[in-house]
This record gives sequence, structure tokens and C-alpha cells, in this order.
Amino acid sequence: MSIDWNAYPSEGFYDELVAGNGHRAIAGLLADLEALGPEELVSRQEAADVSIKEMGITFTVYSEEGGAIDRTWPFDIIPRIIAQSEWERVDAGLRQRVQALNLFIDDLYHDQKVIKDGVFPAEVLAKSVNFRPQCIGVDPPLGIWAHICGSDLVRDADGTLYVLEDNLRVPSGVSYMLENRLVTKRVLPELFEHYAPLPVDDYPSELFDTLAALSPRPADYPAVVVLTPGIYNSAYFEHSYLAQQMGCELVEGRDLFVDKDDCVYMRTVDGLARVDVVYRRIDDLFLDPEAFLPDSALGVPGLMRAWKAGNVALANAPGAGVADDKVVYAFVPELIRYYLDADPIIPNVPTYRCMEPDALAYTLENMERMVVKPANESGGYGMLVGPASTKAEREHFAELIKKDPRNYIAQPALKLSTVPTIIGKKLEPRHVDLRPFILSADRQQVTMGGLTRVAMRKGSLVVNSSQGGGSKDTWIVPEPPQADE
Amino acid sequence: MLSRVAENIYWMARYVERAENTARIVTVNANLLLDLPKGIAPGWRPLVDITGANLLFEEHYKDYSERNVVRFLLADERNSGSIVPALVAARENCRTIRDFVPREVWELLNEIYLFAREDLPKGMTKGGRHAYLKRVIQGAQNINGLLSGTMLHDQGYDFLHLGRFLERADMTTRIIDVRSANLLPEEATELRPFETIQWVSVLKSMTAYQAYRRSEQIRVLRGPVLRFLFQNEAFPRSVVHCIEALRTSLSKLPRNESALRVAGRLKRNLEGTEPRRLNQQQLHAFIDDLQVGIGDLHEELARTWFPPPPETQSQSQTQD
Repeated sequence: MSIDWNAYPSEGFYDELVAGNGHRAIAGLLADLEALGPEELVSRQEAADVSIKEMGITFTVYSEEGGAIDRTWPFDIIPRIIAQSEWERVDAGLRQRVQALNLFIDDLYHDQKVIKDGVFPAEVLAKSVNFRPQCIGVDPPLGIWAHICGSDLVRDADGTLYVLEDNLRVPSGVSYMLENRLVTKRVLPELFEHYAPLPVDDYPSELFDTLAALSPRPADYPAVVVLTPGIYNSAYFEHSYLAQQMGCELVEGRDLFVDKDDCVYMRTVDGLARVDVVYRRIDDLFLDPEAFLPDSALGVPGLMRAWKAGNVALANAPGAGVADDKVVYAFVPELIRYYLDADPIIPNVPTYRCMEPDALAYTLENMERMVVKPANESGGYGMLVGPASTKAEREHFAELIKKDPRNYIAQPALKLSTVPTIIGKKLEPRHVDLRPFILSADRQQVTMGGLTRVAMRKGSLVVNSSQGGGSKDTWIVPEPPQADE
Repeated sequence: MLSRVAENIYWMARYVERAENTARIVTVNANLLLDLPKGIAPGWRPLVDITGANLLFEEHYKDYSERNVVRFLLADERNSGSIVPALVAARENCRTIRDFVPREVWELLNEIYLFAREDLPKGMTKGGRHAYLKRVIQGAQNINGLLSGTMLHDQGYDFLHLGRFLERADMTTRIIDVRSANLLPEEATELRPFETIQWVSVLKSMTAYQAYRRSEQIRVLRGPVLRFLFQNEAFPRSVVHCIEALRTSLSKLPRNESALRVAGRLKRNLEGTEPRRLNQQQLHAFIDDLQVGIGDLHEELARTWFPPPPETQSQSQTQD
């Protein structure tokens, strides 16, 4: 029995592996999957599921009753493949983007030239929920604010890759990218021999170097810690994973203490020990009850004081989230031109800023073809997916937009590309996106590929794991084997 | 290392050890009962006595039947000495310090936890019990082996030892206490042949039978068994071995003066006594003393190295 690629329904979408009745550039992989046969593929998938369960790769979801459940990471073994030549362009595009965003954030907390020069509207900043007045005038090490950025990429029906959004607060997922590779190596070793995907596992050491470069005491061996809200956070697996891989302490707020000298210490068996760099995985508002929410028990009183005094580095810097705003996203092409005097290498998805009257009118007229997003939600919450919406939902959204146009953007509903995915006992196309991670400090580094997320439900475009999405290993392959037809 | 991490490692070790010990006493009891005449067999109650959880048990169960006791010791989530809940707790402790322990340890602990939970129905049957418990014991031993073979032998390892040996010393004294007491009615001469079986079962609860044979070279008798289990320094589950191991780990930690003092008292008490000369009542009092010492040592560890409990922590922060 073999796999019938002709029966694979990919019409109307760009499939990363299968093109219509023919084969795309990476035809060899299809042949290899065929050679394994469907039964074997299903049994490899089962082996992967067992592996993931035993390795304890989990993420935490919150049920509606308020309880937290530790769920096994959903993973599909068929890899998603990208040619290295394409990736080099993406890599350059992402560096460019994050560089511009860092210059933008630094500008917003200093002279705000971008506003004075009329490139970015003052009213957008005025209504930004992630702008932190506490950060005005602060000079973080190397002038960098977003040290770790996770940008989401999607591919449309014509094969164009777009940036869908930039995550600059506490982007997660990189640990799953690394674990996916490990599991794929265990269950599909023969494919690795043929394709030699470029390795991903240097990320933890790159991350450590990025963090260490921020240390206020460069002469010493820097004490870097990962700050987590604790085991009930949905990304706790990742926090502990990264701390483990970097050989750093994983701390909670209660483990840290800011002394009168404005330095940060952790409580250890030997007494107090100085901390130089905090990779914080807690949102701004919970970082320091002295500066933000006084009731928060997650953070560390005085942390902002220590940061402003330059005695500790925080990554990402507080306030970096100001660029994690979907309206700011809509301005990134202009920001790249303004700060770098260059054209964007990777385009944005065409985006209508509802604050602009023409864009608002267009959006309201075309809602059933658009995806409407509020400026500051994440995890796929609070948005309208036009083609899947009811008339009542569209009317409701129209009211919301008219009430606060600045808070909304609209984009044409994209036909996200697909990758064959094991569903039951056969392969079906499922929509994917891609989240590469960009590290910035004394130099920039982009992950080799990233985390491919899969919408596991048929036809669904929602890839978030909190909404039942899964994932795949992502392979950047050096020389795409030639098409055999 | 972080105080909080030290505490988590310590508890992880205690819970793994606890699961193993519980599996051991259930295994041995099941075997012992097969060897003893029906009329005088002590049944299953002594196992609950060993764990000291009688009040809790009686709140929820009508009688000390095999099924009730086995359920209580394998799976009752109200009982922290029960195998599955102990593994849940060990796993949860390990989860909070996953960055610290080698990942193979986390994977193995996770695997044993999944096994203990999913195969529980088999473990609850007479036929499946032995294989179930054996795998729990081996799993715990594998974890200890992996830790000693792969984890950094640094302060974390010292706290791991503290947890393991404190729990083990505690369990050894409990087993001796219960097993030496009411197993057979005294002065029943016709039961002599079974007395040996009783002491053999005590040894076997701790996998000490072979070690006893090799080290004592004498038939199994109350006096030598007690001496062996309390005072043989070479046997890894004897009380003195555990206390020595605790002292070794303590001596490597900073600010250890008062914890070492408490451990020293424990050791002097142990060495200054000849357990085989104690009658049943004196033995019981002696064990009580040891247990109090073990409890004091735990308190001292917590006071010296573990994070302050939440309320006092915020106080001390404002005092600083």
C-alpha cells in the first residue's frame, strides 16, 4: 500500500510539501514517506506520542472551571521543510525588522523623533497600553530593549511569506522547537540521513551569550537567572527547560530580593548572592509591585529601581511591549524605512489601520473577507475572522471598531499554507504558521527555522496551542533535492 | 544554590524513598502471610501501624482488610505515604526544579509515575501486585542510580542525600518498631519455628537478608538482627549508616553547626545503646527517642537552609 498524493486535497492552498498533482522541490521527502507506507507512519506517530508523554513535554492550559491541566504537547511527525536559500532571505528580513523595532522603542523612551518627524502618530502612542512611562529616559545596555523577539510568519496562497505579528513581551515556544527536533530524530532517523536539516540546538547557548552580554559586571562571570511566575504558568515547561539548558537558576519572585544598595540578590543555601541578568518571563505589570501593581506577589519589590540604577539587566527590557501592538505592527514598514533607510525585506500582511478614515470605511464594507484584530490581545482571543463569522458577530464588531478605531486593524483573510499531517490513519492538509526567534544584544541571531504551529482541526486557521493547535518540526535544508518530474 | 531549590530536592528525595519503602513493606507482608499459619497471622494492620497513619485510616475504612490496607498504601491520595500520591508529590517537586536535575531523571520519574498510576488496577490484584511493586522499587533504585551517576555532586546532591537518608532512617526505625512488637504472641512455644520467619521478614522488608547472612554469619535471631539493622555501618539501610550519610552531607554545607550538633546527638544515642539487650518496652522507648531526634534534625534543616514560610518571609523583607 502506498500513499496516494493525488487524493491529497490541496487545491486552492499553497502546500509546503505537495503541489497539486505534481511534486514541489522537495519531492524526495514525499517518496521517502511513501516508502515508509501509511501503517509505518502511523506507528512512528504513536512512538512519538509515547516519547513526548514520557519525556514530560507539556504545556499548561486553563479549563473554564479555573483549574490548570498539564497537557501533553501535540506534535505531528511529518516535518515542514524550507529551503536554505529562502531562509537566508527571511533571516536577513527578521534581523532588519527587529533592529528597526529596537531603535523605535529606544526612540519612544527618549526623544520621540519618529513622532516629531511625522512618521508615527502621537495619538497611537497616547493610547498604547504597553507604553510604560516608568521607562522614559532609561538607557538599557547596548540600547537594546527587545532581546528576544518571536515573529510569526505565514505563507499565502501564492507562496509569499508575510510577517503576521511580532511578539516582544515574553514570546514562548522555542523549547518546543528544540524538543520537536529531538523527538523527530528519535522516530524518523532515516530521513535525517537524506536531508541533513540544519541543527537548531545551539539556541540555549546563543540565548545565554545574548543575556550574558547585558551584564552590568562584564569583568565577572555573570549570574544569569530565569524568572518564572511558577509552575502554574502555561509556559512553565519552557522556563525550566531554558534554565536547565543554560545552566542558570530558575527563580520565582520570592527567591529574589533587592537590597538597599539597589542590587538584586537571590536567597541561596550560602546566603544572599548577587544577580546580574534576569531573563524575565513575567509580564511588565507583575515585575515589581513598587513600580506597577502593588498587589502582585509574583514579582520582586525594587526590581525596577535596580534596573534603572543599571545594577541588573532585564530581558526583555520593561516597556519593550510598546512595539508588541498590532497598530505598531502596521507601521513597521515605515519604521524600517525611517530608521534604517532601507526597504523591508519581508512584507507585512496588507493591513488596514482603522484609525485612518479610508481604511475604516473599507474595513466596515468588507468585513466578511477580513480578519479584524484588537491592538493588544494575544493567543487568538478577541478577534473576528470574517469568513467564519455570523452577521450578528460582524455587526457587533463594527460597533466595537467605530467606538475605538485606534484599537483595531484589519487584514484580508489569508489562505494559510498547509503541510500534510497525520489525521487518524491518513495524511490531510492542515494550516501552519511559523515562529522564528530573533536574539539581539551585541550581535543578532535568528533560529534556524522556528516553531511551526499547526491548526489540527480541519479548515481551521487557529494555530495557538491554548486553542488546541499542534506543532511540527521545521527543517531548513541546505540543498533542496530536485523535483523528479 | 537557591534555598527553594534545596528544599524541593530534599522533598523529592524523601518522596521517592517513601514510595520505595512502602512498596517494600507491602511486598514483604504479602510473602510473610503466605508462610504463617492462618490463625496467628498478624494480617495487614501492622503495615498501617508502620506508617503511623492509623487515625487517618480508621476515618475512612471499616476494617484492616487486605484490600483496604493495600488500597490505602498504594493509592489513597489522603495518605502521603501511599505510593501513587508520593510519586505525584516527588514528580511535582521535580517539576519545579527541572532545570536542576538531569533530564533523564525527570523522564524516569515521570515514567514511573505514569506506570504507577496507569497500572494501579493491576497492582491492586493479588496476581499483579508483586510485579507492580517490584517495578516501583526498581524505579526508585534507578532514579537513585541515575542521580548518583549523572547529577553534579554539589550542594544539590547533599540535599538529595539529606532527604533520602532522613526518610530511610525514619522508615527503618518504624519497621523495626512494629515488626519486632506484636507479630507473634509471646511465650507461645509451639510458634518457635515461625519466629525465624518473623525476623527474616523484617530483614527482607529492607532487602537486608543476604547482607545479614554475609555480614553476621549467624542464624537469624532477634539480638543480632537488631544490632545489624541499627548499628551495621556498611549496610545502606541501617540506622547508623543513614545517620553517618546525613553527617557527611551536612559537613559539606555552609552554616551547618547546629544541624551537625543535632545529628551528633542522634549518633551518640545510637552508639551508646545495645539494642539487643533491650526488652520490647525498652526497645520501643529507644526507637521513640530516635524518632524525635530525626524530627528535630528535619526542623533544623528547614530552619537553616529552606526558605522561610510565606508570611514570615514578607515580614523579614520589611525588616531588612
